[in-house]
Amino acid sequence: MHEMSLADGVVKLIEDQAAHNDFQRVLVVRLEIGQLAHVDADALAFCFEAVAKGSKAEGARLVIERKPGLVWCFGCSTQVAIKAWGEPCPTCGSFDLKDDGGQDMRVLDLEVE
Amino acid sequence: MCTVCGCGAGTSPHSHDHEHEHEHDHDHGHGHDHHHHHDPAPEQGRLLRIEQDILSENNRWAALNRKTFSDHATLALNLVSSPGSGKTTLLVKTIEMLKGKAPLSVIEGDQQTALDAMRIEATGIPVHQVNTGKGCHLDAHMVRHALETLPMQQGGVLFIENVGNLVCPAGFDLGEAAKVAVLSVTEGEDKPLKYPDMFRAASLMILNKIDLLPHLDFDIEKSIAYARKVHPGIGVIKLSARSGEGMAAWLAWIEAQAALQRAAG
Repeated sequence: MHEMSLADGVVKLIEDQAAHNDFQRVLVVRLEIGQLAHVDADALAFCFEAVAKGSKAEGARLVIERKPGLVWCFGCSTQVAIKAWGEPCPTCGSFDLKDDGGQDMRVLDLEVE
Repeated sequence: MCTVCGCGAGTSPHSHDHEHEHEHDHDHGHGHDHHHHHDPAPEQGRLLRIEQDILSENNRWAALNRKTFSDHATLALNLVSSPGSGKTTLLVKTIEMLKGKAPLSVIEGDQQTALDAMRIEATGIPVHQVNTGKGCHLDAHMVRHALETLPMQQGGVLFIENVGNLVCPAGFDLGEAAKVAVLSVTEGEDKPLKYPDMFRAASLMILNKIDLLPHLDFDIEKSIAYARKVHPGIGVIKLSARSGEGMAAWLAWIEAQAALQRAAG
């Protein structure tokens, strides 16, 4: 359940923002999670609710935008999308793939008041 | 009281001014379909752009650790595996063979007990036990704290034995030079496919307990092929910490990595 640590990371980023920006509470937290990211999105949402208690993010709505598993294929030198590591490039069949955004786990923005 | 970071007070490593309230309109320019909409109209509040990796805090600590290792020309290896793969036995054997050749130290990660640290301590090298409690992995901040009490000597090798878990430790950079995944042949040969994140993250896969192969159906070539499907560049060493077979290749790998670290430092 490393999602607890990840949720903690999200709350820390929010607290960091609170130190530089004047806001009382967070209404919406928007995350972007790649298909190949090392996280279970449902578990993350569950943990976030727990970790956010007592912080400015308490009660905030978590919106998770899913992003395709984008990788760079060295076989055909193109960006392709796979569903999981261990799958070949859908174009040329090569396994020689490198993350090209499909592993992203980012906080995109916050809606605050 | 934490002298590194004053943790508990919720502080971060050298908190940069993350003034990420970009004025531009986040035009990615990607040709593909994003499956989501940028710039949603705020329902009531105002929108603050962040655009930061969820792991940024961990990654900042990892960068600090990496600098410490580099300053001491110390090779840090993060050993990861399922519980019971023989990591601690491998570590004890490795230490016995490397002792006297380079300053060695160990960080032991376990949810509970100092049993593994006691096994390492018996070899006579400095060891620091981290108990993660309910935590399922080491993070870079825990390693930072361990480094407070662990003496760092020039040109050394630090082994970080992570919590036995093939899932969670994969995502957390500790500042190590390499992750080493230990897979014992008493486990399933398909583990690299089942736990791809870990075998993606690891530079080296050690196939341990090969002295038991005659008694098992483990298909070693299949296992290597699976690992190379998820990570074509992964190195593979087959060994038995118990019989000593293959240990020379492992020690040579460590020496090569240490030489790289010294050259980079």
